[in-house]
Amino acid sequence: MTMQAASTEIASRTAAIIDEMKGLEGPLLPILHSIQEEFGHVPKDALPVIADGLNLSRAEVHGVVSFYHDFRAQPAGRHVLKLCQAEACQSMGSEAVAAKVKQLLGIDFHETARDGSVTLEPVYCLGLCACSPSAMLDGEVIGRLDDEKIEEIVAEVRS
Amino acid sequence: MIPRIYIPADSGALALGAEKVAKAIEKELRERGVEAKIVRNGSRGAYFLEPMVEVATDMGRIAYGPVKPSDVKSLFDSGFLTGGHHKRWLGSPDKIPFFAKQTRLTFARCGVIDPLSLDSYKSHGGLNGLQNAVAMAPADIVKQVTESGLRGRGGAGFPTGIKWKTVLDTAGSQKYIVCNADEGDSATFADRMIMEGDPFVLIEGMAIAGIATGATKGFVYIRSEYPHAVATMNKAVAIARRAGVLGPNVLGSPNAFDMEIRVGAGAYVCGEETSLLNSLEGKRGVVRAKPPLPAIQGLFGKPTVINNVISLASVPVIMDKGAAYYKDFGMGRSRGTIPIQIAGNVKHGGLFETAFGLTLGEIVDEIGGGTASGRPVKAVQVGGPLGAYFPRALFDTPFDYEEFAKRDGLIGHAGITVFDDSADMMKQARFAMEFCAIESCGKCTPCRIGSTRGMEVLDKVAAGIEAEKNLALVTDLCNTMKFGSLCALGGFTPYPVMSSITHFPEDFKPAPARVAAE
Repeated sequence: MTMQAASTEIASRTAAIIDEMKGLEGPLLPILHSIQEEFGHVPKDALPVIADGLNLSRAEVHGVVSFYHDFRAQPAGRHVLKLCQAEACQSMGSEAVAAKVKQLLGIDFHETARDGSVTLEPVYCLGLCACSPSAMLDGEVIGRLDDEKIEEIVAEVRS
Repeated sequence: MIPRIYIPADSGALALGAEKVAKAIEKELRERGVEAKIVRNGSRGAYFLEPMVEVATDMGRIAYGPVKPSDVKSLFDSGFLTGGHHKRWLGSPDKIPFFAKQTRLTFARCGVIDPLSLDSYKSHGGLNGLQNAVAMAPADIVKQVTESGLRGRGGAGFPTGIKWKTVLDTAGSQKYIVCNADEGDSATFADRMIMEGDPFVLIEGMAIAGIATGATKGFVYIRSEYPHAVATMNKAVAIARRAGVLGPNVLGSPNAFDMEIRVGAGAYVCGEETSLLNSLEGKRGVVRAKPPLPAIQGLFGKPTVINNVISLASVPVIMDKGAAYYKDFGMGRSRGTIPIQIAGNVKHGGLFETAFGLTLGEIVDEIGGGTASGRPVKAVQVGGPLGAYFPRALFDTPFDYEEFAKRDGLIGHAGITVFDDSADMMKQARFAMEFCAIESCGKCTPCRIGSTRGMEVLDKVAAGIEAEKNLALVTDLCNTMKFGSLCALGGFTPYPVMSSITHFPEDFKPAPARVAAE
């Protein structure tokens, strides 16, 4: 696909999402979630279409997208691994867990492995504070991380 | 009678392997040709026993836990479907000390019923409160909630009834009920548990709030880190709508009330009520200056009740059993019950609902059973990332809004994180500043700049650069943040920082001196 065609494709799929949701009260966040679900990230080419559809300035839309940690400018890896780094998990050694995972995957937080297999992110609380340290792999929760579970996770994202 | 097996689908239980246990039980049932009904309940909150599987027997429910998939075969061999003995046998859940010592009002059904069965909800007292409310004048509902003494369980502790009265008394073409389910504080999971384990109680509480204040539309703003809670709430709202609990005629009355579930996008500051309102409107989640109060100009500029999940979920029992019944629990100006969430490095972690008034020591040592690591408790952070660290010397503090305030702390959303003696309090203080810097919305200077400067100055202390002078600077900075910030993020970050410095001064000595001292 040429760049031009890709951009047209993004615009038309974005417009369809906006059409479906713009009747909601305060539709921007639900629209952005849908776009991220559709494309795996919020493409730059979608922003002017949103601005147009909701009668906002491009700056306003950019301001909202960039404010929230969840919205990605680039696609993530095939897997997304989030490690909780908040206090309850800290008390149970989340820092050591993060160090081990980073070493095994060869990437730091906010990075994606070169082969595109996994994106690693810190998260500040998954609400699993009585089973720390915890993680979320592709939306599934994992508690009481230990060496064995870490190795299982690493094997899964690499497979 | 077909046996009933209860396997929690609560996130905490899932994180500990409940799904694999459920699969193993299904497989075993198939292979043995035994018929049974599996109910995916919420969690009762004892995470040290999860996955806790229960079976309904002639002797009532019998619990087993923590169950591993490898236990399943032997559970069947031991006749667990009729309550047979097994190494995981726990007996009647009501008699397990962790549950027997609780007073469950808000969480009465959580972990007991099928979360998505409205019949099950009703047969356990559900909808009684709403049924009473639809027959009452709005002002009388507000009066009953005010008299119950219920205060905002999100952390601020503002009287719920007074908030409602302001919205009732403010004219508006449209009014809203907004439920703050952006439970971002570490050590807290009460909102998540109730949304996953008893979603109808929140729906009922919001409908009552709507009728009491003249609001016809509600929003639940749930953080994106809670996908299971989002899914359960969406299903529950659809069921409630079909059953006429929500809609143009709530329970057949002339009152209209409907609601939507909205998902956050990973910004901690959106737990602050005015940020949350901006986020719901589709804006950057920046804090708004108050006044105007949200009760007068809230969502889309309209009068809005914004309450925490637990505040709203506590309303049905108040409307069912009366203000006096609820108010009889508690101490001082902290009335009713509070779901304390015991987390971190603790042996018996979980949710413990009780009347206000237990001491911190009783909670940590007796109920929590001390640390998971077996080492001595060094510090307990009460109230999430913006709460103070308490040393053992303050373990006599009763769990009460005012008593914690007297000791320069707060109970917040009632989460407590236990740390053992390996904790480095300078690191914890630095993390508090770092977290504030990551999550600051950027609107006010003390929070936006202060948090970053705070990290830098604490790094200097750690490196032994003019430690005394720099600690004085941190103290001064904390003072500015506390009194100069617009919201609790910048305003309360000084609590963990200053409590660490005050109660654990030995951790703030420069590195060479600390080594020499050891």
